[in-house]
Amino acid sequence: MNNANHFNRRDFIKLAGAASALLISHNGFARATKPPVGRVVIIGGGYAGATVAKYLRLWSLGSVEVIVVEPNSQFVSCPLSNLVLGGSKSINDLTFDYDALKNNHGIKWVQDTVTAIDASAKKITMLRGELNYDRLIVAPGVDFNYDTLPTLLSAEAQQQIPHAWKAGWQTVNLRKQLEAMPDGGVFVMNVPKAPYRCPPGPYERACQVASYFKAHKPKSKVIVLDANAEIISKKGLFTKVFNETYAGIVDYRPDNAITSVDVATKTVSTDFDKIKADVLNVIPPQRAGKIAQIANLTEKDYPWCDVNFLTYESKLVPNVHVLGDSVAAGLPKSAHMATNQAKVCANAIVQLFSGQAPDPAPVFANTCYSYVTDKSAMHVANVYRYDEGKKMMISAEGGGVSMSPSEKEGAYAVAWAQNIWADTLT
Amino acid sequence: MKPTQNTWFKNTRFKNTGFLTLLLTTSVCIPHIGNAAEVSAFSGTPNIHIRQLAASCAACHGTQGNSVAAKGDDGANAVLAGMAPAEFTEKMLGFKDGSRKATVMHHHAKGLTVDEINLLAVYFSQQKQVVTKALKSQILKADHE
Repeated sequence: MNNANHFNRRDFIKLAGAASALLISHNGFARATKPPVGRVVIIGGGYAGATVAKYLRLWSLGSVEVIVVEPNSQFVSCPLSNLVLGGSKSINDLTFDYDALKNNHGIKWVQDTVTAIDASAKKITMLRGELNYDRLIVAPGVDFNYDTLPTLLSAEAQQQIPHAWKAGWQTVNLRKQLEAMPDGGVFVMNVPKAPYRCPPGPYERACQVASYFKAHKPKSKVIVLDANAEIISKKGLFTKVFNETYAGIVDYRPDNAITSVDVATKTVSTDFDKIKADVLNVIPPQRAGKIAQIANLTEKDYPWCDVNFLTYESKLVPNVHVLGDSVAAGLPKSAHMATNQAKVCANAIVQLFSGQAPDPAPVFANTCYSYVTDKSAMHVANVYRYDEGKKMMISAEGGGVSMSPSEKEGAYAVAWAQNIWADTLT
Repeated sequence: MKPTQNTWFKNTRFKNTGFLTLLLTTSVCIPHIGNAAEVSAFSGTPNIHIRQLAASCAACHGTQGNSVAAKGDDGANAVLAGMAPAEFTEKMLGFKDGSRKATVMHHHAKGLTVDEINLLAVYFSQQKQVVTKALKSQILKADHE
């Protein structure tokens, strides 16, 4: 607890300074005058973790103490990161700090990695300390599973053959490899077996690389090896774009999972093909984030976390909630979904701290854009509502996809990003 | 979903009216994202179902309806905070029955009930318009993964 005490003291000094400058928020005021009604520790500062931190503070009127533990000092958005590969965005357009979020809402922050959860003692252990909690929120994103692709396990191998499925230097690395590739080269990428983070993402990526090739390296090819039987999101739209916009560039091969990778020669094998790539991008199969596995929040045979969809509390470990891509929701693992889950969870935790029942029938919406060129995008949008019988969120009637990609929707996609970034990070 | 009768805000935190007054004064003096929702929580009881559903709209319409990317020309990503309830309801019901042209919104409006649309209209009309700007991005640091 030393770490936490130290943190509180330092935070209080900061608060006192702010008060004298008349910049104190009413959230901070409530915290300074009354003891918090409870402490929530959040593991992970991605879309889910940052959002639940903010809305817990907002909806509890600052009376719940919130501490986020996140290893990175910056937030890098996965949405729009395929545009870095296409060349129309820089990773620096997608990178933000957490300062506004922390300061606007009085959220405490620890830059560290969580190594263990002791649910009976309600305590987490980090590399550099420990924290107690009343409720814990686990939002670590996905972990890559290299069991079937052991040659890619090392950091060196992942430098040569990036996944670029967590936005950051991996994304920059893959872009540099594409830039260095001579015209006439072959880019090979895969789609892992679902479920994985961002269902339309790999197909969007194929479009982005193809868009770059079409403009700058027209003799080059994009080979997409899909472990699934067919395109699993926006199928009709992507099929049309592959066959029309990128005819002769994109070669899409369904039911063609990678079985092995030779790192030195960038050669992949499947049950049907053996292909040597000039640039190779392997997106590994995925499972719930590492800490969720360590803390036994996943079942043995199914590597995702079962939760109560009214509270997002784990079905396996009490007082521990799971959010975002780690959840076994049967729904798209998207940023908008992660923020929705975060808001339902924040709402429920504020109720639970006051001895009230959570909302018995939450409803939320998901909008997801995919860019098919540097400017044109298309959407899938759906409302989801809690089904009392099935005890999960199911798709409401009336959802659907764009008629066709358009530059208008490309502009909407930018507006989506700007709004969700501002909502999540300020 | 009926509004909750007794919220924790009333029951446990704001028994001390002096404290409440102070909080309200602080809120009024210093603009802060989220004030409107909190103030409405004091005056009545917050409808937790609708505040969470409304928050779901933030990905395209900003926190509490204060969009940072509203487009004047076609109404896309509109600022919903402070919108007259009649305007909100007319547009959403038009998206829902197909009488109003939409790019994306029909896929949302069709999934909502008329009750939800009416309650969202009231909720957003009560939110204070706050001038908000798009977040500034920065250079990716070397120590990021």
